[in-house]
Amino acid sequence: MLRASWKSLMARKLRLFMSAFAIILGVAFVAGSFVFTDTLGRSFDSIMTSTVGDVVVRPVAAGQGDLESQPSTATVPGSLVKELADVPGAARADGNITNFGTFVVGKNGKLIGGFGPPGIGVNFTDGPAAKGLQPFTLTSGHWPQANGEVVLDEKTAQKAGYLVGEKINLVSSGTQPRIQAKLVGITRMEGGTAGASISVFTTEEARTLFMEGKDVYSDVWVTAASGTSQEELRDAVAAKLPKDYEAVTGDSAAAAAATDVQEALGFITTFLLIFAGVALVVGSFLIVNTFSILVAQRSRELALFRALGSTRRQVARSVLFEATVTGLIGSILGLGLGVVIAMGIRALFGQFGLDLSGQSLIIAPRTIVVSLVVGLVVTLVAAYLPARNAGKVPPVAAMRDDAILAESGMRGRTIVGTILSAVGIGLLGAGLFADVPKATYWVGAGILGIVLGVALISPLVGRPVIAGIGWIYRKTFGAVGLMAQQNAQRNPRRTGATASALMIGVTLVSMMAVFGASAKASVDEAVDKEFVADYVVSSVVGTPFSPEVTRELAAVKGVDQVAAFRWDQVTVKGSDRQVTGIDPSHIGVLGPTPMVAGKLAGLTTTTVSVSEELAKAEKLSVGSKIDLTRGGTTKPFTVGAIHGDSALLSSDYLLSLPALESLGGPKTDSYAFITREAGASAVQVGRDLDKALADLPVVTVKDQGEFADEQRAQINQMLYLIYALLGLAVIIAILGIINTLALSVIERTKEIGLLRAVGLSRRQLKRMLRLESIVIALLGAALGIGLGVAFGVALQRSLADDGIDVLAVPWPQLGFFVALAGLVGVVAAWWPGWRASRLDILRAVTTE
Amino acid sequence: MTTDLAPERRDTTPATARVAARVTDLVKTYGSGDTAVTALKGVSLDIAAGEFTAIMGPSGSGKSTLMHCAAGLDSVTRGSVQLGDIELTTLKEKDLTKVRRDHIGFVFQSFNLIPTLNAEENILLPLSIAGRKPDRAWFDQVISTVGLGDRLGHRPGELSGGQQQRVACARALVSRPEIIFADEPTGNLDSTSGAEVLGFLRRSVDEFGQTIVMVTHDPGAASWTDRVVFLADGRIVTELREPTPERILETMKSLDAKVQG
Ligand SMILES: Nc1ncnc2c1ncn2[C@@H]1O[C@H](COP(=O)(O)OP(=O)(O)OP(=O)(O)O)[C@@H](O)[C@H]1O
Ligand SMILES: [Mg+2]
Repeated sequence: MLRASWKSLMARKLRLFMSAFAIILGVAFVAGSFVFTDTLGRSFDSIMTSTVGDVVVRPVAAGQGDLESQPSTATVPGSLVKELADVPGAARADGNITNFGTFVVGKNGKLIGGFGPPGIGVNFTDGPAAKGLQPFTLTSGHWPQANGEVVLDEKTAQKAGYLVGEKINLVSSGTQPRIQAKLVGITRMEGGTAGASISVFTTEEARTLFMEGKDVYSDVWVTAASGTSQEELRDAVAAKLPKDYEAVTGDSAAAAAATDVQEALGFITTFLLIFAGVALVVGSFLIVNTFSILVAQRSRELALFRALGSTRRQVARSVLFEATVTGLIGSILGLGLGVVIAMGIRALFGQFGLDLSGQSLIIAPRTIVVSLVVGLVVTLVAAYLPARNAGKVPPVAAMRDDAILAESGMRGRTIVGTILSAVGIGLLGAGLFADVPKATYWVGAGILGIVLGVALISPLVGRPVIAGIGWIYRKTFGAVGLMAQQNAQRNPRRTGATASALMIGVTLVSMMAVFGASAKASVDEAVDKEFVADYVVSSVVGTPFSPEVTRELAAVKGVDQVAAFRWDQVTVKGSDRQVTGIDPSHIGVLGPTPMVAGKLAGLTTTTVSVSEELAKAEKLSVGSKIDLTRGGTTKPFTVGAIHGDSALLSSDYLLSLPALESLGGPKTDSYAFITREAGASAVQVGRDLDKALADLPVVTVKDQGEFADEQRAQINQMLYLIYALLGLAVIIAILGIINTLALSVIERTKEIGLLRAVGLSRRQLKRMLRLESIVIALLGAALGIGLGVAFGVALQRSLADDGIDVLAVPWPQLGFFVALAGLVGVVAAWWPGWRASRLDILRAVTTE
Repeated sequence: MTTDLAPERRDTTPATARVAARVTDLVKTYGSGDTAVTALKGVSLDIAAGEFTAIMGPSGSGKSTLMHCAAGLDSVTRGSVQLGDIELTTLKEKDLTKVRRDHIGFVFQSFNLIPTLNAEENILLPLSIAGRKPDRAWFDQVISTVGLGDRLGHRPGELSGGQQQRVACARALVSRPEIIFADEPTGNLDSTSGAEVLGFLRRSVDEFGQTIVMVTHDPGAASWTDRVVFLADGRIVTELREPTPERILETMKSLDAKVQG
């Protein structure tokens, strides 16, 4: 029996490959995301080991928080460094100054570095990193010895086009936004920099630039004397430390830092795994279909086996055997493709500045196991039903001529499909509109339930669609159109399953299209209605900029008011909350904010404004006391105002800039909003602002229109990325249509021969298949767009309070998707049509 | 009439009758080298217009092959096939399809109908493929002759084997082809259903002047025709006019004896 299935498998290599393809893609995404994440983790592990000393002493505040909040501004006093050097077991102690907003301006005036990796400015010390590692190796020149000297890491120097001895420009988020220095040396960093740029200054200069000239450090590395372990030294150091400071071993500090980075980049894994899931779900449709058709076609052969004495189990098992081989081959190829995908992502990230080329790809045993298991399980689950049906073929069927496996009734299917959809709607509704934990899982499960449910009842739902298209076909293409329609209706389940595969991709794409259009419309409306500022100043690299910039711009001629704006995070009762730092004296620039109580202009260093929503939930009113914690610092605040929602001020907490700074918040601005004096020329002021920022390529100034454009462009960028990935789901669906059609052609060989004999030309035959294919594709598109628009609307409604308050359904775009689906149908029919038209008429008519 | 056993050309039709199809020195070889099989070894045959011709012969004698070649369904190795004025052997695939569509009707032994189309749609298929409007009066006449009036809306699966074959005949007839080829059209039918189909074919010859060539094994079926051509081992060996079952059986026996002797 197994030999027989192996033979039949080998006779259908192409078909095998087509159904395996879905598995290949799905598994590739799974494998790709694991490989990339592991590689990412490993490279940051190795980078981080050279960013810590044997023992790191830092303000407690600095150890808290994560990459999403801004680095703490709390410092270690210089006097402590000397004391630490004398701790028993310590060989030496070195104070480090680190700034995360120092970027090099290239020879061409452009900023070096991309959106994401930081530009790091540090002081030079010759203190070793943990375990005696030298973090920096000088490759040419000398270390900075005097003010005005700087050393760059080799990649940055190379990209900027600077040679040792040249004068170079830098920008900084410190008190001095522009820095000019002479490049005196080039260094290489142990483990690479992952795209970050490093500029090394003398300690004295770093202090001036980043520490407001005070004798303080960001942290201190204490180096262990030989024979002293990190833990021993940590305990000895900890004993000497005043309150508010902590000592951690290098190992744990490095591990924590690496974990932080990985968590911050964890969305990539999630993203890829979602697409893996989509590909696998779509793929399983393809597999169900392929195996069902194979079983139907082989039913005579299977019946013969039954007649010859094979048990049902044996017959079913022979089909599952085929599935196992398909799944295994698919998984192995998928694993290989996954490595390629990981390389692709790494290259893509390199484009955006996160350079991981120093680390070779890591293929962990876990990756291999998970990939193979996922691929096999999905294939076997999908092939289970067809296999069971195969077992049900009655032995007597071997003697009968007519169609043997009649499609069983639709009732059970309809019931299950309806229940699944209903449960899905419930889950989706709960995830979007109720306050459930892990809402995204609810939403995901809900969408999956609805999609599967609709796929099950698609043969039924699809009827009117096919009938409608069929009517047009008959009117336009006569007999050819009629036959195309009839063929599409012949196996409603097959058509339904094939269309459903496409439906999934189209659903997600339309959902994102509706969501994206709504987001863009919301941005436009917000800018239109609530934007008072004439110009917005923002960073090009996503890191906040020096407040000096804001101050300088206030002096530009024609500028009326400038309002600084800072994003940050605080901890309240253990959970992270977004806080916005604002300038109460220029609050008008931020637009009309509906106030429930109090005034934002009246915020002081001890008062906070809370959102209406929060006030309701926590029963806060003006005068209530709340504690805000940032890093290790906790301060009591009084509720001074309660604000409603507005485009810019949607955080739960609003603090004045000094209040935020007193909590250890950033002394750098995220944005600055600018208004023009009445009567000043828009063009002239814009030009003057640009001129003022000409030598600060780290920030740009945009007018209202440009700002809205930028926001829209960001949304578009995200949409295109998602479309590109969902495009793969569509490709799988196309393969599904090809597969179904090709198998149908084989099934209808006789019929095709007859048609050709009575005068159907090759072109007409191809057209007939093309029309059938288009019906399937359009059915998938119609179902998908229906679901997608519904999901998109639900998504928009659920986010109405989070700023996406305008619903926009991009009908032209959706129409374009329909046209595209039609094209998909045309493309998918090409190969089966070609094959059908090459069939030898006589053989076809006389095949058994 | 059955004396000459190796005639060069079977041309017993009256000189006035128009020739609907003419096959000359037809040779058909399948495969090549050692495994080559020559199914037709130089066959020449004229089919008179308005005549009902049967082709008989032992299994493997080349009946189907002759018919397929004559109908432009299969390529020939040598020789010529003319349909009216058209030489089929030199036609391109595209034109051949057109010829089949517009000038030839087919009835096969089984699987003659498209299962998704109902009887009427099946009958009109060649016309709709060609994009031609059916001649309603002619269609009605064909339908009434075929005797399927009330079953036109049914799909093939809902028709008996005999009814299906009659639908197939009607389909062959409705486009008024020059010639209809039927390969064992009653092969799968019991004698009653077979008689229905043969009666229908006979009537279409008598009433509409249709030309029909039919391959059959059944002397009873062959006796409905005007002329029986006997094939053996890829050659025409003899023919009968105004055949009766007895004479056909006799001829078959004498042929068998020859083959064995
Ligand atoms: N496609 C083919 N390839 C090779 N040989 C073939 C092919 N078709 C027919 N033949 C051979 O040609 C010869 C004639 O076959 P043909 O089908 O014409 O016989 P027939 O008279 O129709 O027989 P039957 O009464 O059994 O239908 C046979 O020997 C057959 O084996
Ligand atoms: Mg034959």
